[in-house]
Amino acid sequence: MSQKSFVWSCLLPLVMVTAAFFLLPMVRLVVTGAEGPQGFAAYLAILIEPRYRATLINTVLLAAATTGVTLIVATIAGMFLQRHRFPGRAVLIAMLTFPLAFPGVVVGFMIILLAGRQGLIGDLSSRVFGEKLVFAYSIYGLFLGYLYFSIPRVILTIMAAVQKLDTGLEEAARSLGAGPWAVQRDVVLPALAPAFVASGAIAFATAMGAFGTAFTLATNIDVLPMLIYTEFTLAANFATAAALSVGLGLITWLILALARSFSGSAVAAAG
Amino acid sequence: MRYRLIFAGQFVFTLAVAAFLMVPAALSISAGVTVSYFRGIRSGVTLQWIVQVWELYAGTILLSFVVAFATLAVTLLAGVPAAYALHVRGGRLARVVEELITLPLAIPGLAIALALLLTYGGFGDFRRSWLFILAGHVIFTMPFMVRSVLAVFGTIDIKTLDEGAASLGASPWRRFRDVIVPNAMPGILAGSLMVVTLSLGEFNLTWMLHTPLTKTLPIGLADSYASMRLEVASAYTLIFFIMIIPLLVAMQLFADREQRK
Repeated sequence: MSQKSFVWSCLLPLVMVTAAFFLLPMVRLVVTGAEGPQGFAAYLAILIEPRYRATLINTVLLAAATTGVTLIVATIAGMFLQRHRFPGRAVLIAMLTFPLAFPGVVVGFMIILLAGRQGLIGDLSSRVFGEKLVFAYSIYGLFLGYLYFSIPRVILTIMAAVQKLDTGLEEAARSLGAGPWAVQRDVVLPALAPAFVASGAIAFATAMGAFGTAFTLATNIDVLPMLIYTEFTLAANFATAAALSVGLGLITWLILALARSFSGSAVAAAG
Repeated sequence: MRYRLIFAGQFVFTLAVAAFLMVPAALSISAGVTVSYFRGIRSGVTLQWIVQVWELYAGTILLSFVVAFATLAVTLLAGVPAAYALHVRGGRLARVVEELITLPLAIPGLAIALALLLTYGGFGDFRRSWLFILAGHVIFTMPFMVRSVLAVFGTIDIKTLDEGAASLGASPWRRFRDVIVPNAMPGILAGSLMVVTLSLGEFNLTWMLHTPLTKTLPIGLADSYASMRLEVASAYTLIFFIMIIPLLVAMQLFADREQRK
């Protein structure tokens, strides 16, 4: 066999698997989305129909809040861990990255243990204030779950980016009389911008599309993945479910593609 | 003085974040071996919940391993040769293919699962078997294998090695087996760890693809969270932790070793 045909035959299994179980199904999904009573207009329903639009706005707000808070928390912790050496540092990093491999369902259970009916927060609040605080089964619980999910990922990215920073620039700024806040604001944070964009896009796309955590907490939380799920399984409304999931897929793909063209590195959602 | 204050503040903050992540995990682990979570650890330590989980859900744990290793086998057989082909061929076609196989990472698993259901839902035997779940897992994990191997090819001069072996008369297949694969080993191992870990924990796709007879571990977990007492759910979660910790540790050690090189 010639070298050229060998290379082609190396590629063949992957192309076959991808075509059969990804490309063909995705085409089918897009076609099904247009097969409902509204035809191709079903794709506009996500923006026009008030109920879907409200869910979309809800999901975007939740994802934006998750991204913002995660970036702030992870930057403070990640910068600290990368810049200081102290006993127990390795253990602390291990603790912060251990949840990386938790699936969404397990994260949901963690939130139930924190803020559910038998949760720690409710237990403490009923002892201190005499009132049991339970919010796991609402959008606030979901928010907490997405923080739990994205903080470890973003911390890792920030730590790697901080490690690559040129400390000479900060020293130069200090020698020119800049205070610690000015150095952070004008030197460190701008240099971390690509890492913020890359990891922020992942956090955002994941919070838009993740399903396991919401599913564990409650099936009536008003976010897009739950809406798709209930349309498909409970209402058996295949066309709407397909159209909505094509819309959701387009949004997450677009965010990640934009982030990639800005930060120049490969970006992927998880979860 | 000011520096120490900033240090202390950041330290306390980081500890609080670690507590947010670790306290529920610790609660879950302790609840899994406590007689009664409501009465606390004073009620005694027991393995009865673990035993009960095993009796109820052993099948899901076994199926998860079957699916994970089958996913690994397919991603190895299809992904490693493909990474080689993409690397040596290069150019626009290679970029397009890489882009296409990475797409499943940017699209929510729910959408991919719906697409698979709409396309193959009518093929009853396939739909009912665990191979249906395998198809989803392969699509979801393939990019990790291919990119992990491609990353290694980027750091070594595969072309010279390949041409050297060719000039000595080795056939393409022999060169692939005896030169390319051994050199790609670090990437293959890192990719394999990633694939197995992701497959064991995959829920978004699997929930839509499973049937009552093909439940994997995360499906069983969701089931126990919804319908079992907290101690049983916790014991089940504990079993999951025990399964993935060795994989995580191996991944970490591997990353450290690569970094030191």
